[in-house]
Amino acid sequence: MTDPRPDRGSAGRRLRLVVVDDHAMFRTGVRSELTADFDVVEEAADVDDAVRAITTTRPDVVLLDVHLPGGGGAEVLRRTATRHPEVKFLALSVSDAAEDVIAVIRGGARGYVTKNITGSELIAAIRRVADNDAVFSPRLAGFVLDAFAGQFEIAEVDEDLDRLTEREREVMRLIARGYAYKEVAAELFISIKTVETHVSSVLRKLQLSSRHELTRWASERRLL
Amino acid sequence: MPGTRRAFRDPADRFLGGVAAGLARHLAITPLQARVGFLLLTLIGGFGAIMYAALWVLLPVGDPDHTADESAPGLAAASRRGARGRRGRRGPLGSDMGVALSLAMLGVGAIVFFQMVGAWTSPRVFWPVAVAAVGLGLLWWQSDSGVRADWLSARLGWRSWLRTLFGVALLVVALWLALFQAGVSDALDEVLGALLLAATGIGLVAGPWLLRLTRELRGERAERVRSQERADVAAHLHDSVLQTLALIQRQSGDAAAVSHLARTQERELRTWLFEPDTDDGATLRSALQQAVADVEAAHHVPVEVVVVGDFPVDDQTRALIAAAREAVVNASRHSGADRVDVYVEVAPDAVDLFVRDRGRGFVLDDVADDRLGVRRSIVDRVMRHGGSADLRSAPGDGTEVRLRMPRTSPTDDDARGESTR
Repeated sequence: MTDPRPDRGSAGRRLRLVVVDDHAMFRTGVRSELTADFDVVEEAADVDDAVRAITTTRPDVVLLDVHLPGGGGAEVLRRTATRHPEVKFLALSVSDAAEDVIAVIRGGARGYVTKNITGSELIAAIRRVADNDAVFSPRLAGFVLDAFAGQFEIAEVDEDLDRLTEREREVMRLIARGYAYKEVAAELFISIKTVETHVSSVLRKLQLSSRHELTRWASERRLL
Repeated sequence: MPGTRRAFRDPADRFLGGVAAGLARHLAITPLQARVGFLLLTLIGGFGAIMYAALWVLLPVGDPDHTADESAPGLAAASRRGARGRRGRRGPLGSDMGVALSLAMLGVGAIVFFQMVGAWTSPRVFWPVAVAAVGLGLLWWQSDSGVRADWLSARLGWRSWLRTLFGVALLVVALWLALFQAGVSDALDEVLGALLLAATGIGLVAGPWLLRLTRELRGERAERVRSQERADVAAHLHDSVLQTLALIQRQSGDAAAVSHLARTQERELRTWLFEPDTDDGATLRSALQQAVADVEAAHHVPVEVVVVGDFPVDDQTRALIAAAREAVVNASRHSGADRVDVYVEVAPDAVDLFVRDRGRGFVLDDVADDRLGVRRSIVDRVMRHGGSADLRSAPGDGTEVRLRMPRTSPTDDDARGESTR
């Protein structure tokens, strides 16, 4: 996604960030990369610190490490996401372990990027999340396609949530192939806004879909 | 570790011993269905209860999360540090209360049932049996490692001792009741009976412990072998990382070399930490990743690989991977892009593979006929094996190579990772 979009959405105000990661070196690196564009108001190194920082500063976006002492990023989300719905979370990780990434997304994060993302891509991703859009890296798109690939037979919840529409699947495929949202839009002859709508709806399905099936997928995938 | 899937008890989702939950997982049904099944079977002469008890004893405690962690050191480490969430745990107090309550209800229900039916109504038979059952239940529950770990970790050691004592006491009482009430006339019979009963009692009390002891011993031995292996690999990795760092320091002036070194090292470490069981090219995923890693090492352009589904490689897949490799080489060498994306999707009937770059692109018709790279190594190779290839490029807009290979040996479910032969 080499698609650093021009400033928009945040209406002139600089976005306030909290960076949560247990590696001080990484926090410092991110901070120096982002201070030109955002206010990094607080850093945190574990779950308790993170919860405190988020509750006291109420940032616009939290950069959240997936693996974190005290229960991981999912635990931070569990303790803050519902109480502060205005705070947006972007998950960040080196692990690529599907089950952990999915756990954080299901906990309420609006996107997932790997830590080797370039500075400009990260800035674009943060803006996108702040605008309440979803950020899907090629890898996350791959996870989603994998998770929704099998036919879900058990209809415990609204059937809609267990399936991707053909369009959503196409969008996910293109993202997995490395297309930026803009390029997806051009490829499918739709607007960027429509792409964003599709991606957000996939995110919603990922978060709300029948837990049973997704867990099964995750455990199967680990056996590969 | 390929081979048969084994059933586990699942202590994370237990009601009594996690038998139903584990079995449900094994049979791919819901735990509720398994539980109802056991209850229904219990109505048939108590068969379900006996089966449940037997499975409780025989099935090892399985925490699939745990087994997975063992094979991925990075994740295991994160779990140990508590940096990952723990899944499926119930509140310790609530669940114990619930279990106790349901057990009590079951007991009362059983008594009422037996008295209604009229079987075993004679107190001489009923009470010894009932007392013995409760005592045994306590003892076996106590020896259950899953439960025991919970209790011990909660610093309630004395309670478990109390329970054990209570269980033994109940058993003794039951045996005594049985003997006393038997009131047999013949003294010899009485002694023989007592001996028999005592032997049975000891067997029942000690049995579960012996069983667990041998099982734990076996597990420990396996664990020791594993941890030794892991230590070897860790030592090897430390060496390689240290080597790379030394190289980076020496070449700190050459940005391209540094980032290449870092990238190569990252890939190696990542594979080892988070992608266990890399089967060295035996499946599409790992074969492709190997091919891509080679290209990356030679051309210093990062390649992002996303694979959906997987299956063991065959000749066709090998051809596909070779073609993909050529495409990645082309993109790395000629496009000038700073990244190449590879995406593979395994469908039941075919494999789709895409190689994309955002480089300078080219006009297809301009490619001279003597530049045979694309034609021969990519398109022809795939077509020879029954696949199709499609090339899309425009100047300034990058290039995308699309390959499609039908699957002739569809083993339906292996795309989902069920079998890894």
